Amino acid sequence: MANSKELKVSAIENGTVIDHIPSENLFKVITILGLDKISTQITFGANLDSKKQGRKAIIKVSEVFFQDHEINKISLVAPHARLNVIKNFEVVEKSDVTIPDTIVGIVKCFNPKCVTNNEAVTTHFSVINKKEVALRCHYCEKITTQEELRFEAS
Amino acid sequence: MPQMKNRSLVSINDFSKEEILHILDLAEEFEANPNQKLLEGKVVGSLFFEPSTRTRLSFETAINRLGGRVVGFSDSASSSATKGESLKDTIQMVSRYADLIVMRHPLEGSARYASEQSLVPVINAGDGANQHPTQTMLDLYSIRKTQGKLDDLNIFLVGDLKYGRTVHSLLMALSDFNPTFHFVSPEELRMPREYKLFLEEHGIPYYEHGELSEIIDEADIIYMTRVQKERFSDPMEYERVKNAYVLKRNMLKGTKDNMRVLHPLPRVNEIHTDVDASPKAYYFDQARNGVFARMALIAAVMGLK
Ligand SMILES: [Zn+2]
Repeated sequence: MANSKELKVSAIENGTVIDHIPSENLFKVITILGLDKISTQITFGANLDSKKQGRKAIIKVSEVFFQDHEINKISLVAPHARLNVIKNFEVVEKSDVTIPDTIVGIVKCFNPKCVTNNEAVTTHFSVINKKEVALRCHYCEKITTQEELRFEAS
Repeated sequence: MPQMKNRSLVSINDFSKEEILHILDLAEEFEANPNQKLLEGKVVGSLFFEPSTRTRLSFETAINRLGGRVVGFSDSASSSATKGESLKDTIQMVSRYADLIVMRHPLEGSARYASEQSLVPVINAGDGANQHPTQTMLDLYSIRKTQGKLDDLNIFLVGDLKYGRTVHSLLMALSDFNPTFHFVSPEELRMPREYKLFLEEHGIPYYEHGELSEIIDEADIIYMTRVQKERFSDPMEYERVKNAYVLKRNMLKGTKDNMRVLHPLPRVNEIHTDVDASPKAYYFDQARNGVFARMALIAAVMGLK
């Protein structure tokens, strides 16, 4: 079983593997982490079978190592993502993403009358619920819920 | 004494209980002695990106009584916003001219944003449906003045409780004072769930009613708001319920002696004019209190008191 489901993307020598990304959010993760703007080698696969979630995606990026505050930015689009840090083809560290207490940018406020949707203002939320995601806008004070989550185009 | 100097006033939620009480004490001082030239030599930028004559006149009266001067505009048609200038640029500029900014703007969150861009304190005079902290402060002042206290009161909120910004802010501000709330509204305009959850989490009792009835005999404060036709998805529904939220003189018969009727104004027809002559009608005095509350807030952020 395991063999037939083996991921057919090449191993990397040094870098980071981000696993358990929901397939539909792969490109959001790429954008949020700015991987579309780097010059080192990246491979990714989508629509892979996963036991945890229906279909997952995986990203392997060479020579890039993330700090917690950078990688936690993807927590809203890939809450179960798992990081494997690779050195000399070996996994030297594994970690999960966590939803931070505040989120700057990335998410749009659901309120069409919010200043952030009408002037060039970076959004800023405090996370008031991490399970059922609920974000209070620092500006209009309205709460954006999981169902209303929209991401900023960048 | 709470430290408010150089702080912007954006949301009533930014004030601690002590700070609220401090402002109310200051307002009382200004009511006793309304002409104090504390703002002499200072210029206040009054930026009204949407018209609000009542609020603007109240602020300008407060500034004039304090001896300050006002520059600004009273609607966006006469501001540079019509030429496409961003809010950020307007604030950057005016905060280099004035010592204080008073701002009214239709976008929600605009006041918080302006406070982050400004070199001088910003007082929010209303940001869309979000906050209007000086209104809340004058409501609290009016309640304390008429009841002699803010604690342990029976507060009735009547009318549009769904979209009514003033009732939401008042509810939050009173939550530190052990209130009991009664909500009287049409089905479609009931108090939003988030506020009821907040009350439940804080152990604050509330009751919901479909129409104005003898239940108001228990009230210490009846806070009336406008029920607007355009808030209803079905205009027929508005026609059916509109008269259920009109307060008339004969309904005051059984109410408590200390009870007072408040309204943020402008009134349309939700308080019958026959109530005006009742000693329990307080809404015009309430508007007058707005001047003292605004003087107190201005003095506090300018470090004048
Ligand atoms: Zn917002």
